[in-house]
Amino acid sequence: MYPRPVPAGLPMMAKGRPVYALRGVARSFGGGRIRALDPVDLTLTEGTFSSVIGPSGCGKSTLLKIMAGLTPPSAGSVMLDAKPVMGPRREIGMMFQQATLFPWRTTIENVLLPIEIRDGAAAARAMRAEAQALLDLVGLKGFDAVFPAQLSGGMAQRAAICRMLVTQPKVLLLDEPFSALDELARDFMNMELQRICLARNATAFLVTHSIPEAVMLSDVVYVMSARPGRIVEAIDIDLPRPRTIEMTVEPAFGAYVNRIRARLDKGAFA
Amino acid sequence: MTNAPDTLDHAAFPQTVWREYVSPIDRIPRPVAMLGLFFAFIAIWHVVHALGVVSPIILPSPLETAIDAAFVGQNLATGGYMLVALWTTTKAVLGGFFVALGIGMALGILVGETAFGERAVLPFLVAIDTMPKVAFAPLFLAWLGFGIASKVALAAFIATFPIIVGFAAGLHAADANARMLFRSLGASRWQTLVKMKLPSGLPQIFTGLKIAAVGVMAGAITGEFLGGGKGFGELIRVAAAQLQTVRVFSLIIYLSLLGFALFSAVALIERRLVFWHRSSVVGSGDGR
Repeated sequence: MYPRPVPAGLPMMAKGRPVYALRGVARSFGGGRIRALDPVDLTLTEGTFSSVIGPSGCGKSTLLKIMAGLTPPSAGSVMLDAKPVMGPRREIGMMFQQATLFPWRTTIENVLLPIEIRDGAAAARAMRAEAQALLDLVGLKGFDAVFPAQLSGGMAQRAAICRMLVTQPKVLLLDEPFSALDELARDFMNMELQRICLARNATAFLVTHSIPEAVMLSDVVYVMSARPGRIVEAIDIDLPRPRTIEMTVEPAFGAYVNRIRARLDKGAFA
Repeated sequence: MTNAPDTLDHAAFPQTVWREYVSPIDRIPRPVAMLGLFFAFIAIWHVVHALGVVSPIILPSPLETAIDAAFVGQNLATGGYMLVALWTTTKAVLGGFFVALGIGMALGILVGETAFGERAVLPFLVAIDTMPKVAFAPLFLAWLGFGIASKVALAAFIATFPIIVGFAAGLHAADANARMLFRSLGASRWQTLVKMKLPSGLPQIFTGLKIAAVGVMAGAITGEFLGGGKGFGELIRVAAAQLQTVRVFSLIIYLSLLGFALFSAVALIERRLVFWHRSSVVGSGDGR
């Protein structure tokens, strides 16, 4: 069996080295009159998968952008690897709802884009074999020289995964990456994501609308409420890894889903 | 393999294979439609001429025009004075286009890329753009003389604004997700511009360039009308002054070929460069 990093029941803090530490991170507009995000305290430890779930407009995407260094917080402290986040960082890999592949670049050129931007075209050429290997890994063998217009939505998101992984990020920030895919493609991608995270001991943070997806992937699920956005509950998901699609019909899985749904019903939309 | 389900009563059901309705006018093949229109135009022209509705001095017959066009064509083909004139105009047109491209690109990027450009520069550009630009022709002649420079200047002046708008609109067209991706990768402003904003704005940029390609023709010819010189505009002006309407017609035909060639060249480059984008209405032929 896959060894659990820690015995069940221990608080998250005990699991490992903290990668992300957020203290009192808040965001407001209009000189503090509109509160988009109320102070958030969050610690993500190495190798854990966390999800944040909540209604639209609860500030979960704002939280993710603050963590990514794309938006400054109005207050609070964001530390990544004990260094303050004051802008985009190289340790971070990101994925968005849209694959955002550029139509004038072939699949492999899209995958190599982060290398090209950070270290130049020569470095990108040197990484071609690695990029090719990543494409093979996600089942895009033979699609390297194809333009994105010829890829399906699921294939495009797989290429986007490769683009995220090509820089060897320690931290994955995922903003509803598979929500535009159909159910089957989504299940497949979630399993891929889990496999990648386990293989690389990556620390991942996922924003999602889907309760089963959050339960399936996460060690912790943070439930957020809307206006002002704040974390109302952190739920540890104590299911063995690697998780499988078959587990979704098990009672324990259903219990977590129901618990999160109840929490969202109770207060998250209020 | 035959596994006909002979228990099913296929025979009892009528075939319901049907064709979607396409109106007869949309079924005409393209060459037929184009030639048909062309000959219809010639026929109307001929009838108007034959009925004597308009004085033959003002409107020559299609045949006369064709004969004169053949003469002009022969002069052009044998390197006569008309070819020299056409080349003079071509230089003014191309010069105007490339000057407009340089200035339009610089100002378009300034407006599209910087807040300063959008807030401070754009209002002035809009103010200048609303002026009737041909009215500046006498100024250009006074400043730059009667040579090719004044024609280039007027052509460029007319063509610059659509290029500015094309670049500015193109830079604004970049997708929010693409911007976020580039920011998350720590891309510099220059990298973002060259690797993302300019390529994704190419459709808008080429729309501007195609409008400019038409505009430079008007600018160069207007410049030649007003400022003389040795170009086609001058030939047309002289022919018109001598009431040689036929010659005016045939010169315009060859002039339009020059304009069409420039436009087609831009459209061709667009198709090569913007191969992923197939929405242009003109110049791309595969639209339905």
